[in-house]
Amino acid sequence: MAEPLKPKERVKIPRQAMPEQPALARAHNFQEVNLGLQVVAAEHEAQRCLTCSDPKCVQGCPVGVKIRDFVELVLSGDYLQAAAKIREDNILPAVTGRVCPQENQCEGACVLGNRFSPLAIGNLERFVADYERATGQVGLPTLAPPTGKKVAIVGSGPAGLSCAGDLAIQGHKVTVFEALHEIGGVLLYGIPEFRLPKDIVRQEVDNMRKLGIDFQTNVVIGKTVTVDELFDEEGFHAVFVATGAGLPRFLNLPGEHLGGVYSANEFLTRVNLMKAYDPSHYDEPIYDCRGRNVAVVGGGNTAMDAIRSALRLGAKNAYVIYRRGEEEMPARREELHHAQDEGVQFLTLHNPIEFLGDARGYLRAVRLTRMALGEPDASGRRSSAPVPDSEFELPLDVVIIAVGTGANPLVQSTTPDLRLNKWGYIIADEESLRTSKRGVFAGGDIVSGSATVILAMGAGRKAARSIHQFLCDGAW
Amino acid sequence: MFPIVQARFLSPDVKQFRIEAPRIARKRKAGQFVIVRLHEYGERIPLTISDSDESDGTITLVVQGIGKTTRLMNQLEAGDAVLDLVGPLGEPSHVDRFGTVVVIGGGVGTAIAYPTAVAMKQAGNRVISILGARTAELLILEQEVRATSDELHLLTDDGSRGERGFVTQKLQELLDGGTEVNLVLAIGPVPMMKAVADVTRPRAIKTIVSLNPIMVDGTGMCGGCRVQVGGASKFACVDGPEFDAHAVDFQILMQRNSLYKEQERAALARFEADPTPDREHVAHCHLEQQHPAAGPRAGVREGGECRG
Repeated sequence: MAEPLKPKERVKIPRQAMPEQPALARAHNFQEVNLGLQVVAAEHEAQRCLTCSDPKCVQGCPVGVKIRDFVELVLSGDYLQAAAKIREDNILPAVTGRVCPQENQCEGACVLGNRFSPLAIGNLERFVADYERATGQVGLPTLAPPTGKKVAIVGSGPAGLSCAGDLAIQGHKVTVFEALHEIGGVLLYGIPEFRLPKDIVRQEVDNMRKLGIDFQTNVVIGKTVTVDELFDEEGFHAVFVATGAGLPRFLNLPGEHLGGVYSANEFLTRVNLMKAYDPSHYDEPIYDCRGRNVAVVGGGNTAMDAIRSALRLGAKNAYVIYRRGEEEMPARREELHHAQDEGVQFLTLHNPIEFLGDARGYLRAVRLTRMALGEPDASGRRSSAPVPDSEFELPLDVVIIAVGTGANPLVQSTTPDLRLNKWGYIIADEESLRTSKRGVFAGGDIVSGSATVILAMGAGRKAARSIHQFLCDGAW
Repeated sequence: MFPIVQARFLSPDVKQFRIEAPRIARKRKAGQFVIVRLHEYGERIPLTISDSDESDGTITLVVQGIGKTTRLMNQLEAGDAVLDLVGPLGEPSHVDRFGTVVVIGGGVGTAIAYPTAVAMKQAGNRVISILGARTAELLILEQEVRATSDELHLLTDDGSRGERGFVTQKLQELLDGGTEVNLVLAIGPVPMMKAVADVTRPRAIKTIVSLNPIMVDGTGMCGGCRVQVGGASKFACVDGPEFDAHAVDFQILMQRNSLYKEQERAALARFEADPTPDREHVAHCHLEQQHPAAGPRAGVREGGECRG
């Protein structure tokens, strides 16, 4: 147990660095890049907390984790209690400790950051969650007595899981339906092993089973069972739709049907969910990237995940093709730097205009044009326009399109009384997350469009509060 | 897990399975498919639902052993279980009273065409069925198709059963002979479907084909099954699997279906050399409790909890 220090002494402690696998080694394996803080480093880090009476970090957290309280529990060496404290507000600490953009949230709001480096809240969160896993124990919050109410959650991604967790804690009977064969949604099929090991997701899901949540895989709501049938035939009292933004966007360029052209969703699903990186054990194939030229089109976190996966699959050259500059890239800086350190080459201010194939229908090159930055557009980012006569061919065997996703229509198309916006996303009240259909709530990417894990979890929590209220008073 | 309650070969490489999946059995309509994953290490493959029985909660799948996964599946028997089965996926066949409908089944495609033939018959159409195969023993579901057809023509490449020749020749003959046809449904190997489209195109007879591109999730999430239809990119899993044959780019379909040829060949070779590891990954159920006819099975590894 570490001694509490005076504020003057606390600020003298440097922010504890996250140990990483060396860049050259990790670029060739799928093991985790960040290795996690050791106990001593975690204690030092926890000592840095100023224990503010009005903690700004909590306000910066989309799910309102009681950060000061859990950090104090770390300081007193009570790691399991610290984990339980986090779980009161965040059912997936081992996940969010790894994938949250803390720099824009809790750590971005940390007072220490005004003059020094902010408290490494994400790393501490990860530390207590990993401690649980290493010791085989788990800090679970206590459950309210059963209410007899049944809630169906459609989709087992971050929004669905966090809603399920909160409702189970309040004593409701929760069933989570997942279309794929495993629970976790984007945490499983989207985020790669080297950023979020799948065993960790499985462990968190197992912890949730201990809260009495029923998980059903291989059920496509809208196909296997409709939302109306969940109410009328399966006896659910409320439904939360959290199906995510799962429909891949393509560029609609010539040659997009060629072999070797993937959506990021397909490439990542093959690698992550289906484990195509381990062909000696798993059957799902992926294009052999060894010694090949691979590029991703796009500049977000998904693009970084995809190209870093390709590198680990043995790509000789791994490129990021992005139409604006590095400054404009939406990816987290940490992801960007990790990719650069591992040897990914950045073709910023470049845009594809055509994919070129060989006689057998395989990709052989991409025709690119150089781009120049113009004035900021509606989103505040600077727009870009092609530079005349700047086209050239880049030899390429695989290209991964990571330019965003749209709304998957499977639930909406069989639930006619669910109102949608013009892009096909479900319209839900911002505060209550109620849809146009009584008893049906919606949140996460299927309402907001593509966002982050923690924002989806925030929506899940909000939905849980609103569903709880609906189940208690029946008012709509 | 999804227990297999019955398994029998229809021809040397084609096996018919009845699998417990009550939710799917209740919901499925002609033309829809499921995605199957046999065991923990397996790939996800799409298989069209050939039939279903709501009363006992089973669906029927007909599988041709071509690659590793389908050959492994064809080694499974009643009492074995499929780990993952999801559906019904895709849009159902558009069934209406068209008038005269010609249903063409090539090889194992007959099993996919059959449920739509039944639905077309029930909707009041005159159904003319044309079944083709390389040789007599590869013709499947002849009796079933006969029972739902007003007219049945059998063709084999070698003349060992029915007439010698191809299904397209018979179709051409019917059309030349003045048979008025309002709709053609053709399901079989891609070259056959393309050839049928070429026969009906000059006469502008509406022709539907069911496409079989490579899929992963089957719910519109990955876009791997995209096909070119009328110059636009469509996802076979959610927009199809049935499309207007005259608008489909069959060349691109064939190219995309051969994307993983090398990996598929290697996987099959490994499996043929030693099928034991894969066989051991397959789970089994205490089927005799629910289906006494299935009988006990000796020497099988016990699986987890079975549910339909």
